[in-house]
Amino acid sequence: MKNGSIINISDLVKRFPVGGGEFTALNGINLSFEKGEFSGIVGPSGSGKTTLLNILGSLDTPTEGNTEVLGTTSAEMTPKLAASLRKKHIGFIFQTYNLMPVYTVYENVEFPLLLLKIPASDRKKAVLDALEWVGLSDMVRSKPPQLSGGESQRVAIARAMVKTPALVLADEPTANLDAANSHHILRTMEKLNKELKTTFIFATHDDKVVRYLTRIIRLEDGKVVSDEHIQS
Amino acid sequence: MIAIKLAIRNLLGAGLRTSLIVIVLSVAYFLIIFMNGLYQGWERQAKIDMKAWEVGEGQYWQENFDPYDPITLVDAHAAVPELFLPAVRAGNAAVILYTQATIYPEGRMLGIQLKGINRGQTVIKIPSSRLTAPEGEIPAMIGSRMAKSAKLKEGDDILIRWRDVNGTFDATEFRIVSVFSTSVPAVDVGQVWIPLEIMQQITGMTGEATMIVRGRKADLPVEVPGWKFRDHAFLFADLDAIIRTKSIGGSIFYGIMLALALLAIFDTQVLSIFRRQREIGTYISMGMTRRQVVGLFTVEGAMHAVLALVVAAIYGVPLLLYLQRTGMAMPEGTDEFGIAAAERLFPYYSTALILGTVLLVMIATTIVSYMPARKISKMNPNDAIRGKIQ
Repeated sequence: MKNGSIINISDLVKRFPVGGGEFTALNGINLSFEKGEFSGIVGPSGSGKTTLLNILGSLDTPTEGNTEVLGTTSAEMTPKLAASLRKKHIGFIFQTYNLMPVYTVYENVEFPLLLLKIPASDRKKAVLDALEWVGLSDMVRSKPPQLSGGESQRVAIARAMVKTPALVLADEPTANLDAANSHHILRTMEKLNKELKTTFIFATHDDKVVRYLTRIIRLEDGKVVSDEHIQS
Repeated sequence: MIAIKLAIRNLLGAGLRTSLIVIVLSVAYFLIIFMNGLYQGWERQAKIDMKAWEVGEGQYWQENFDPYDPITLVDAHAAVPELFLPAVRAGNAAVILYTQATIYPEGRMLGIQLKGINRGQTVIKIPSSRLTAPEGEIPAMIGSRMAKSAKLKEGDDILIRWRDVNGTFDATEFRIVSVFSTSVPAVDVGQVWIPLEIMQQITGMTGEATMIVRGRKADLPVEVPGWKFRDHAFLFADLDAIIRTKSIGGSIFYGIMLALALLAIFDTQVLSIFRRQREIGTYISMGMTRRQVVGLFTVEGAMHAVLALVVAAIYGVPLLLYLQRTGMAMPEGTDEFGIAAAERLFPYYSTALILGTVLLVMIATTIVSYMPARKISKMNPNDAIRGKIQ
């Protein structure tokens, strides 16, 4: 692993079988990410953003090349190890929020801690802290169908952050939100990034998100076409 | 533990769907326990009654005796072996002598079995001590079913015709001195009981018997030359077969209820896995292995059975106990089928029945919950997260 980097990607290729042939989603990607980055993988639909995010989140595996995420290489990644990595160190934020509809806000945020078998008293404190970060302390008993899109995404952020992961992967987190809610969400994540030093990697083609990023990696047809660090 | 916790949350969250399945499943629990309890109660009661009225602690049959072949009855008699005599004298063995006979109530002709029984016996509940009559009268006793079918009552005189040991017909009038009531038709329907010594005298079979019923206190060997010992397993075989047949018929009702509930669970699982694929993908993204998610959905399905057990206990336990106390009235005419059955049947719920039912429902529910859940292990989590699986 390079000094200070938590993710290293070398010569990454990902192909999917399509019909009788293959579709190359990622083609020769070489990247590394430092701890505490607020980065975005930007590009049009079909450029490979989500595929790259899935591989970083160990939800998918490379066809060729290597990845090393938080000290675990793709070569040694077993399904059990991948699950453990996601459980302990990676938080996900999805475009469609993916909250459990029958759980309350509190229970949704509590879920990752249940998987980590955190004691009840510690769990409660962590959940309430996470909901305070996203400004939803007064909605603990609400259920997802009662929430607006912005509130739902803030619950999803709280759920991703409650275990204070080293890495948060956000796939088009603002795609279903209006401008005001998008900025609110992004400011929340920016604040968490600064306060908790959590690494955020976005997959997006939303300009509103791009404005907040400190590093922009542009993908086109599965290749990195630019990698730009922004001075704040 | 976490799977159970999550399963309960999901089930309670599902509201109406869970309630409907749980109610149907709880009815299946109730019906299985009640119907089987009824058959077990009937079997238990019938065996107790048969033991008390007919079977005792087993019977010694004269070797030619075959109750299913009336022709054998002519030769089915022999002297009571000496080794039985102390038990007979002490009232610990009932000596019965059979012959075929005919009665003529109200001008009709009815074929019967004329049975002589020793008056001092205390082995079976046939009230043989009532077989007494004033000088010049011959006492006879019948059961209430026989009294009803032959239109006879206490105090009536009835002409009985029989054949003696040499095949000669003879006939005389008997006085009905008692009509007894029993739940065992085998000692009632088509039977007339008279004192053993009179029976032996009128048939010319002095000191002989067709059958000897062993009492609880009788210390008698199983092997007796010229006699076959019939134990409870043999004597209850017909009853067991009838109850088994009835029980299979009854199981159709609760089988339908159980099948409906299981079908609903299977259907719910299939639908859940399709509708909740985003949730499944999210579980995996949060660090659950596919196996854990399969386990979660299986536990969730199986929890229906646990909730149903709780619901069934709430309304079922008081209802089952009430029915056990009050019993169920048997339909009119049941006893005419020749099966030992009291007027009311009292269900009996054994521990094995209750545990067996719970286990059956739990296992069946778990299997139908697991079968559709296996599909999760083949899901691509990326597609699942986006709800792309068709």
